Amino acid sequence: MTTAAPRESSVPERRIPSPQEFVDMQASPEFQELRSRLRRFVFPVTAFFLSWYALYVLLATYADEFMATKVIGNINVGLILGLGQFVTTFAITALYVKFAGRELDPRSAAIREELEGPQQ
Amino acid sequence: MNVLAQAHTDVGNPILNIAIFIAFVVVTMGLVIKASRTTKKASDFYTGGGQFSGPQNGFAIAGDYLSAASFLGIAGAIAVYGYDGFLYSIGFLVAWLVALLLVAELLRNTGRFTMADVLSFRLKQRPVRMAAALSTLAVSLFYLLAQMAGAGGLVALLLDIEGTTGQAIVVAIVGALMIVYVLIGGMKGTTYVQMVKAVLLVAGAAVMFLLVLFAVRGNFSQLLADAQAMASNSADETVANRDILAPGAKYGISGMTRIDFISLGIALVLGTAGLPHVLMRFYTVPTAKEARRSVTWAISLIGAFYLFTLVLGYGAAKMVGPDVILGAPGGENAAAPLLAFELGGTVFLAVISAVAFATILAVVAGLAITASASFAHDIYANVLKRGNATEDEQVRVSRITVVVIGVLSIVLGILAMGQNIAFLVALAFAVAASANLPTLLYSLFWKKFNTTGALFSIYGGLISCLLLIVFSPAVSGKASSMFPNADFAWFPLSNPGIVSIPLAFVLGIVGTYVGRNKTEDPFKQAEMEVRSLTGVGVEKAVAH
Repeated sequence: MTTAAPRESSVPERRIPSPQEFVDMQASPEFQELRSRLRRFVFPVTAFFLSWYALYVLLATYADEFMATKVIGNINVGLILGLGQFVTTFAITALYVKFAGRELDPRSAAIREELEGPQQ
Repeated sequence: MNVLAQAHTDVGNPILNIAIFIAFVVVTMGLVIKASRTTKKASDFYTGGGQFSGPQNGFAIAGDYLSAASFLGIAGAIAVYGYDGFLYSIGFLVAWLVALLLVAELLRNTGRFTMADVLSFRLKQRPVRMAAALSTLAVSLFYLLAQMAGAGGLVALLLDIEGTTGQAIVVAIVGALMIVYVLIGGMKGTTYVQMVKAVLLVAGAAVMFLLVLFAVRGNFSQLLADAQAMASNSADETVANRDILAPGAKYGISGMTRIDFISLGIALVLGTAGLPHVLMRFYTVPTAKEARRSVTWAISLIGAFYLFTLVLGYGAAKMVGPDVILGAPGGENAAAPLLAFELGGTVFLAVISAVAFATILAVVAGLAITASASFAHDIYANVLKRGNATEDEQVRVSRITVVVIGVLSIVLGILAMGQNIAFLVALAFAVAASANLPTLLYSLFWKKFNTTGALFSIYGGLISCLLLIVFSPAVSGKASSMFPNADFAWFPLSNPGIVSIPLAFVLGIVGTYVGRNKTEDPFKQAEMEVRSLTGVGVEKAVAH
């Protein structure tokens, strides 16, 4: 698709960086920064929602009595916790979209531009 | 009660049902034929040229994901078992966070057509591609047969066909239609069908949701009480003794069923991000950012839909009742259509059934295209031909594969008729989470991960998962098994996830350790990581 063109070229197709350039970029502080920002967000959040889901599944499995406790009318703890899973899923999605737009996209765009030349 | 059951079994007007379904097929076929005019290159056939927008793809993902399992299976499970059916929807939804946070964007940035593109990026091409393609085929086939079984059950209800021959014919028709869609429209046509279907399905569920809430005057607590009252009045003592508002009706019977439930929970939450047909959808958008937007849209649509099914399930328990549902042809899977009949009569039943049919058709088409792409692009072009196949040849092989897969899934679908669809789909999730997810995550996030690790993990996960399914009660030993007359079920759990998923993760580490002295291309690892995070090398969004 793309042909290797000089870095400053303004031909419509973007250049392919050389293998060495990828290695250099991987070691660069800007890339490390992007990588660690991504990981510092997604790893803890993943740990959180998986633990919360695991807790919920375990409660549903071994704490039927507790889950059956009625809270409002016939709506019991189980239903509320279940709906809570929906709420956290929506909330994490919204948080991540905001985070990625603010922290990740500008950084990755800058790196891409550096490697491939300016966006046409 | 029994008289009522009889009366309600003859629901709807078969001719009207068929007419509405044919209308759907005609409209979508028109779309597919229109899309086919611009399907020329391999990238058009596999990924629709990568030109769909985030929201469009979000609808298509929802269309792909909200299978008959979600609509018929979950609504039915809630209607009969209550809360335990709801647990499926939670697993299916939370799973999307794994896809959103860890997989979607990185995958979009590194691959082109298939999951194997990503897995084999920095490892030894041929062995890893072969393994990834085989597991793609395995997952797709499982998923396919679940959908086909759903088609049989649905039509049993609509046309009141009790006999297996009639149902088998319907399964064959669905299979044939699916083959036609994919052959003509490729990924672009399939995506349009999925978008139309997602709109219809979510809208249909929303209307039913509103009608049920209207019937109880917005009092959800009352709905629960009425649903429980219906269950308690059941003629069947087991059903009558269930507390359908609390967990445990289905899985709380013994220590073993409880572990089975945990196993199911693990498979559901980790399966989605390893489903090849879901992963392939990320390639139909031009950038990682669009991939993110599409997942966001998908999560909203899917989440809303599952909230609707909660009300639909309890609505069906209240207004139709577990006895009628279990007595209907199609069993549990008939709950949603029966509820539609209660709510809006013959016409509404016909509409909802046509939507359910459309659902099956669209999902089946998506699966077929994924499996065929994997065979043609991975096995044929890259492994057998060592990368020397032209794109035209690849597409030709894909088309042949679609036909083979279609026929195979028809046969397997007929074998699986009568099983709960959500349960069958859960098995596909278990295979996906065991064979695909560990390698996918390791190759995206673990620098030292190597070819041996990938092969250990993929084959270990795939084989252990399949073996455990074969020796599980799902296949033999119980009345509801595929082979009820045989009994070779020494593995007590019907979902193998709790064993095979951790095993596959561990095998990935063990394999990496075993193969640590074999050299991998150090440049490729750097290239993959830089690409995955920045999108370097991804074709541009603008049309060219």
